[in-house]
Amino acid sequence: MNSSRDWTVPGLTIGLIAAIILGMLVPDWVLSVITISFARALAVIGLLVLWRAGLVSFGHALYYGLGAYTVALLGKYWGVHDVMLLIPAALIVSTVCGFLLGFILRKYREIFFAMLSLAFSMILYGILVKTESLGSTDGFNVGAPTFFGFKFEDVQDNKIAFFSFLCVLGYIAALLVHYYLRSTLGHLTTAIRDNEIRVEYLGYSVAKAIHIKYTMSAALAGVAGACLALTLSQVDPDSMVNWTASGELVFVTILSGTGNVAAPFIGSMIFDLLRTYAFEWAPHAWQLIVGAFLLLIIFFLPGGVWSVIARIFGARRKL
Amino acid sequence: MDFNTALTILIDGLEFSSYLFIVSVGLTLVFGVMKILNVAHANFYAWGAYMAAWLIGRWTNMGFSEGSTFLMIAVATIVVGLVLGYLVERCVLRYMYERDEVVTVLATFALFLILEDAILLIFGVDPYFADQPMFALGSIDIGGITRTVYGLTMIAVAIVVGIGLWLLLTKTTWGRLLIAVIHDREMSISMGINVKRVYIVTFILGAMLGALGGAYVAPTISVAPGFAVDVVVLSFAVVAIGGMGSIPGAIIGALIVGIARAIAVHNFPQVELFVVFAVMAIVLVFKPEGLFAPERSRKI
Repeated sequence: MNSSRDWTVPGLTIGLIAAIILGMLVPDWVLSVITISFARALAVIGLLVLWRAGLVSFGHALYYGLGAYTVALLGKYWGVHDVMLLIPAALIVSTVCGFLLGFILRKYREIFFAMLSLAFSMILYGILVKTESLGSTDGFNVGAPTFFGFKFEDVQDNKIAFFSFLCVLGYIAALLVHYYLRSTLGHLTTAIRDNEIRVEYLGYSVAKAIHIKYTMSAALAGVAGACLALTLSQVDPDSMVNWTASGELVFVTILSGTGNVAAPFIGSMIFDLLRTYAFEWAPHAWQLIVGAFLLLIIFFLPGGVWSVIARIFGARRKL
Repeated sequence: MDFNTALTILIDGLEFSSYLFIVSVGLTLVFGVMKILNVAHANFYAWGAYMAAWLIGRWTNMGFSEGSTFLMIAVATIVVGLVLGYLVERCVLRYMYERDEVVTVLATFALFLILEDAILLIFGVDPYFADQPMFALGSIDIGGITRTVYGLTMIAVAIVVGIGLWLLLTKTTWGRLLIAVIHDREMSISMGINVKRVYIVTFILGAMLGALGGAYVAPTISVAPGFAVDVVVLSFAVVAIGGMGSIPGAIIGALIVGIARAIAVHNFPQVELFVVFAVMAIVLVFKPEGLFAPERSRKI
């Protein structure tokens, strides 16, 4: 199995250092775009795990939204602005919610899994758009984050600090998921996709394995949402909780490819660059460009961007 | 709750259910036959609405009477269904039949994004108003409340569509072929049914039903960008509640969603969307495949 060395861990470490250095050098707008990309990538890692098990959730915006609104509400009503409190809070809220819904969702597969997760996310959306105290359709603003009670005077410095924090967070998340996928339970992921009944015959509980994966992906999406809220300095239901946001996450998953935990970071950046340039070039037709790009990926690059990278470096697909 | 409110809720609910049924039955038909959950179905709805609104505007400008604008609704339905349905099936979906179901969903999501913006490019960003058909029919008094006749004809159209489909599926050869394909695609191929042709015809029929829903609703609303986004998930809710691929399911699903929404709108407007998806979640939790799901053979 491990005939060629696994370069994931050193690769991620180099990527982390490079990203942090790059974050200090690039212009303002590029930094914002990359920060958004990396925040989304966290959620995409979770979807990657589900995808490998053959499950596609059309409702992960639920946890995105939960994470984002947890951060926003803590800031608005309790004046909490420190990332060391906000991120764990978002993590706990989304994990608990994912764990509870997991009991129901673990029985579902294929299109039914997609539909039920869509229903759950739309329930949250339905509540948010009609509740005035939660900002209704406009949402509300989120203050700039502090770090261990410390805050940079310069706004730009604070953004760089948050980006570095996000990079470290992404690094830890990617490593944890990477080691998880190499564990026995992780190896079950692709086995479930291939043949569930045989996995049961081997003596493992498919339902339990899916439950764990689902909870994991919920936790990751929650943290992603929290980071996104802190990056954009605002939350609103249409761009974070509506079904189109879930669709976007699935889109980035297939664009990235599910070959490696590093893929979501690259795929997410490509997605944001594409969107930014498409929007600048054709403000009324950027969705058209993005959609056409997605179709091209589905047709000609079913393994996503990662399959290209894997081919270039000649690396065998891990796991 | 007095009688008048109850009646209003009932009629509102029925009207809403009617157009939801027309749109969703197209979606469920396509899923039943082709096993494709078509996110782009809402685009047929949107295109139907835009096309109808535009045609009605041109038609009245050319000096024809208000009553004859109904013809334009039919024209919009057929043109959008035929052209767009044919293009989508031939250019994209036919390459997806061998792919994973979920990848196909994603491909239709891509189509949704493309067709959504194509509307803006062709019809512009300004809203369209085309209420001539509504004025042509005037309004009527039912048990003390005034309703537009146009809204009520929507219920009639839904009933006609329902009966028409039932006759088509049970009384014609083509309908029986369709049912055979729904039950077992491989067996149908081996029996000599041209499944590819069945697919194209079904998809165009589904697209026409989506377009009809939009074209018929167009006179009652302002046709503006982005109005189809909600219809995607509402019709998803309908087919998920009723059972994907089931036509009786689409009727029941549309009635449940339509009336639940009407009750919510009149009594607790703040839970309008919430109610629809809460019902959907509850149904799916207890009946994962929906209320009237066609039986699926278990393959190991």
